[in-house]
Amino acid sequence: MDINVCVGSSCHLKGSYKIINLMKEAIEKNQLSDKVNVSAAFCLGQCTTGVTVKIDDEIVCGVSEENFNEIFAEKVLKKV
Amino acid sequence: MRKFDTKVQHLKYKVLREVARCAFEDRLSDCYTEIPQKIVKGPKPTMRCCIYKERAIVNERIKIAMGGDKTNPNVIEVIKIACDECPIGGYTVSDDACRGCLAHRCEDVCKRGAITFDENQKAHIDKEKCVNCGQCAQVCPYSAIRNNKRPCENACKVKAISKGETNEAKIDNDKCISCGACVYQCPFGAIVDKSYILDVIDAIKKSKDNKDYKVYAVVAPSISSQFSYAKLGQVITGIKKLGFFSVIEAALGADMVAYEESRELLEKGFLTSSCCPAFVNYIEKNFPTLVEHISHNPSPMVRIAKYIKEIDPTGKIVFIGPCTAKKMEYKKEKTNGVVDAVITFEELQALFDGKDINIEELEESVLDNASYYGRIFARSGGLADAVTQAIKEQGLEGEFNPIACDGIEQCRMALLKASKGVLPNNFIEGMACVGGCIGGAGCLTHGEKNKNQVDEYGREAHEKTIKDSIQVFEHEFPKK
Repeated sequence: MDINVCVGSSCHLKGSYKIINLMKEAIEKNQLSDKVNVSAAFCLGQCTTGVTVKIDDEIVCGVSEENFNEIFAEKVLKKV
Repeated sequence: MRKFDTKVQHLKYKVLREVARCAFEDRLSDCYTEIPQKIVKGPKPTMRCCIYKERAIVNERIKIAMGGDKTNPNVIEVIKIACDECPIGGYTVSDDACRGCLAHRCEDVCKRGAITFDENQKAHIDKEKCVNCGQCAQVCPYSAIRNNKRPCENACKVKAISKGETNEAKIDNDKCISCGACVYQCPFGAIVDKSYILDVIDAIKKSKDNKDYKVYAVVAPSISSQFSYAKLGQVITGIKKLGFFSVIEAALGADMVAYEESRELLEKGFLTSSCCPAFVNYIEKNFPTLVEHISHNPSPMVRIAKYIKEIDPTGKIVFIGPCTAKKMEYKKEKTNGVVDAVITFEELQALFDGKDINIEELEESVLDNASYYGRIFARSGGLADAVTQAIKEQGLEGEFNPIACDGIEQCRMALLKASKGVLPNNFIEGMACVGGCIGGAGCLTHGEKNKNQVDEYGREAHEKTIKDSIQVFEHEFPKK
């Protein structure tokens, strides 16, 4: 599974670095390091709401510290 | 509010704007018939002897706006018919200052017999005999003899410009470092940097709205001192409106470079910076023994471009900056084609207006990728400050004693000392332009306030330390 976290200006200001760190921790905790590849992306073209993350081909908008666990469980854990 | 410093810039811009307009509208073939008439309306000449010469020069400008002479590897070109062949070249006696003295030291010292005297005993120099050795000027007790150099020759601190066979300015490509100083200083606009705006427009068009591939704009931090008639956020929106997918700060590449350069310095003990391509080129051409000390780090432009291409290998990258030498750098073999085109702020203004984008009316976009330290690379001393910070943040141990040189003359002094082993510093930050990148020839405006604007922009950065800025790139992501 490939995960891209947007680090473009807009997402950066909304906390994409925090999301990347949360993502790293969550992947490690669930021992998914060999299955999931996390990298950055410069803008995923959805600059309006929160941090944008691309999980394989699906774009997930509005990721925040608050909803991170929910989204991770739904979009990553269930599918990997 | 003024958009340009000089009327020469404005003329160059008008040509670029019209070429851009034709390219956006898919009718490049109209350029040569339409643009000269549009810019030189006639019937009376406003710039030269007649409108036909004015139009002929505009034609030459169009050629350069469309990429220039392909057989000339230099990005800086002379428009021969635009060169005024300034007659003021060489030593002349000022009639007011010459007292018509008895000593005539000027005559005694001149080995060519070029000095004559009129009925008032005032000296005159016979231009046919004078070889511009300057001895007469040195001995005149009234300093009445001055060397009136052509503005281009005066601007060129690497002595690459001389008189050609028919008196027009001639650039020696073996000496030229493409800094663009002559471009900015020639009062007739006869020296011009080649433009790659057509490559940019072509890349944008062929991307089909960034669907076939994405086009990224990498902007130099000196942009913060430019487009002062609008807000920076509006400039960013304008760039996106041109058809760029995303705008990224070159300053993020500068953050990365600062970290890498600090480690390299402490490892090697002595280093010269590699950010300014004109400075690097200057060392290569004039101080071959120091070449091994040039930092092996790529410039911030190349560094960030490499990173973007790692993430998006099919993406195209356009660097937008103040610099004509970057146009030379991006084509170099060692740059490996990671940057697809380079344009200047002047040319960005032309692209906006060629597409009738009025940035003052746009909403603001955010621009935030880099730290304070990456952003202040735009002005002299910024790189040295960033390396100091990088050493501190990484807890590195070792001596760091930088010297920041702006302008080729300062750079030369430091390099001369270094080549003789008498430079007390172990790091030379070299910038070919006075003031650093904010003094670049491709800037729309140059002024005292520009440095403060860069510092202000630096302070606005969300990330306060370099580590904050590059943590996710450097340490968290394993490189594929």
